[in-house]
Amino acid sequence: MTTLDLQTIGLREVNTTLQSAELNRYTITNPMGGHAIACGLQGNLDVTIEGHAGFYCAGMNKDATVTVQGHVGVGVAENMMSGTVRVTGNASQSAGATAHGGLLIIEGDASSRCGISMKGVDIVVGGSVGHMSGFMAQAGNLVICGDAGEALGDSIYEANIYVRGSVESLGADCEEKTMDAEHLDALSKLLKSANMDADAGSFKRYGSARTLYNFHPDNAGDY
Amino acid sequence: MCGIVGLYLKNESLRPQLGRLFQPMLSEMKSRGPDSAGVAIYRNPVTGSEVKYSLAHDHAQYQWQQLSDELAEQAKCKSRIQQIDTHAILVTDAPEKTVRDWLKEQHPGVRLVGSGSSLEIFKEVGLPDDVYERFGLESANGTHMIGHTRMATESAVTTAGSHPFATGADLCLVHNGSLSNHNRLREELEKSGLEFQTENDTEVAAAYMTLKIREGASLRAALDQALVDLDGFYTFCVGTETGFAVLRDPIACKHAVLAETEDWVAMATEYRAIATLPGSNTASIWEPKPQTIYAWGDLS
Repeated sequence: MTTLDLQTIGLREVNTTLQSAELNRYTITNPMGGHAIACGLQGNLDVTIEGHAGFYCAGMNKDATVTVQGHVGVGVAENMMSGTVRVTGNASQSAGATAHGGLLIIEGDASSRCGISMKGVDIVVGGSVGHMSGFMAQAGNLVICGDAGEALGDSIYEANIYVRGSVESLGADCEEKTMDAEHLDALSKLLKSANMDADAGSFKRYGSARTLYNFHPDNAGDY
Repeated sequence: MCGIVGLYLKNESLRPQLGRLFQPMLSEMKSRGPDSAGVAIYRNPVTGSEVKYSLAHDHAQYQWQQLSDELAEQAKCKSRIQQIDTHAILVTDAPEKTVRDWLKEQHPGVRLVGSGSSLEIFKEVGLPDDVYERFGLESANGTHMIGHTRMATESAVTTAGSHPFATGADLCLVHNGSLSNHNRLREELEKSGLEFQTENDTEVAAAYMTLKIREGASLRAALDQALVDLDGFYTFCVGTETGFAVLRDPIACKHAVLAETEDWVAMATEYRAIATLPGSNTASIWEPKPQTIYAWGDLS
């Protein structure tokens, strides 16, 4: 394992090292809320950030596993393609924005617009999420073990949103859906891979009413 | 952009270090606001009938001692003054209206930027570290400070357009965001007798709260009403005699983070401004919700 002290070597050196890494385990110390830490990683890396990170942490991640032992600012795992990003604390706004794949786990609360425009990522939040979460979500799963704020899933396309607690209000074109065996199975697997101790049967599922865009049900399999 | 920060020291033994602890907070927000910077510090409370006034003038050579002597003679009051770069702290027992009217008449170039028993406001064009140094704030002790680094969007880069803006006795406001109905609101406030020094949107928000408090509203009630009457983007931090309050607009458009330990409570636009505080790694850290008033100290 290699330790990279962000305050000593700087952000550019940290990210350059990780982006061209051959060793597979790294620890980043003294993040001090810095922006864009561990961005653009591709490969079988295991990176731990000891402390709180700032905006856009672990963005564009591909294959790597990034663990933040603390809180993160705006846009964690933005545009992630694959891999795993775990945050042990809270996340600020727009967690997992536009992410195409992989697994984002936030053990604490996520703020507003969690999973905005998500395109295939799986997001599991141990706590609650703020307003406008799942806004314009296109694909993937957003799992909320706590409560959801106002306008959940506003203008949603084809993602699944699972909520265990209360929903303050649903956004435009978002509605409650039936929880079928396939959804229970998928949710159970997601909770297990996120190490969340929660019963899939205690969740409700929400999704798109499909009235806001030009959608033909015969094409559902293509989404 | 813009950056705002606030720090309240709960642990009395830290208070001699207030200025030193606050400097990196303000400095870290330089990239969010390099145009001007300003701080409000609560320290050295005056007693009895005395009131402390923060004054500013474009010229550092302004004859502040002469101003104080003239006031004492003409208003038949006690008056003392301390110049700090382009600002001066005036302490007098003359009635507040007398002081305001006298300053306007006798020293029209002097800007009255704050007043109260412990509030002092310092603000200037330039980078936060430079502004901080000019006013000798690193060695300052006190209970709490709020600060602002400005990236100007709504009006010119001037000292008068810098934050914080006073909103009443020991009250002041810093703002990250931009208001969209400030021109109409300014016209309405002018009809109620409020005067404006700039075209700045935050000055309108400050005047709005000044009027509400003058009409008898508590600060909490004024902030509640601001949610209805102010249109636009904002995260506000309001300094009070006993602490500070934080309020975000209904969609939480502008960033904010809060952190608290047994020793201090801090707010900032970004966590990196808090990261240098002792114990920040283990602090309780969260993002304030929209249209929710978070307060430390008395809001009555």
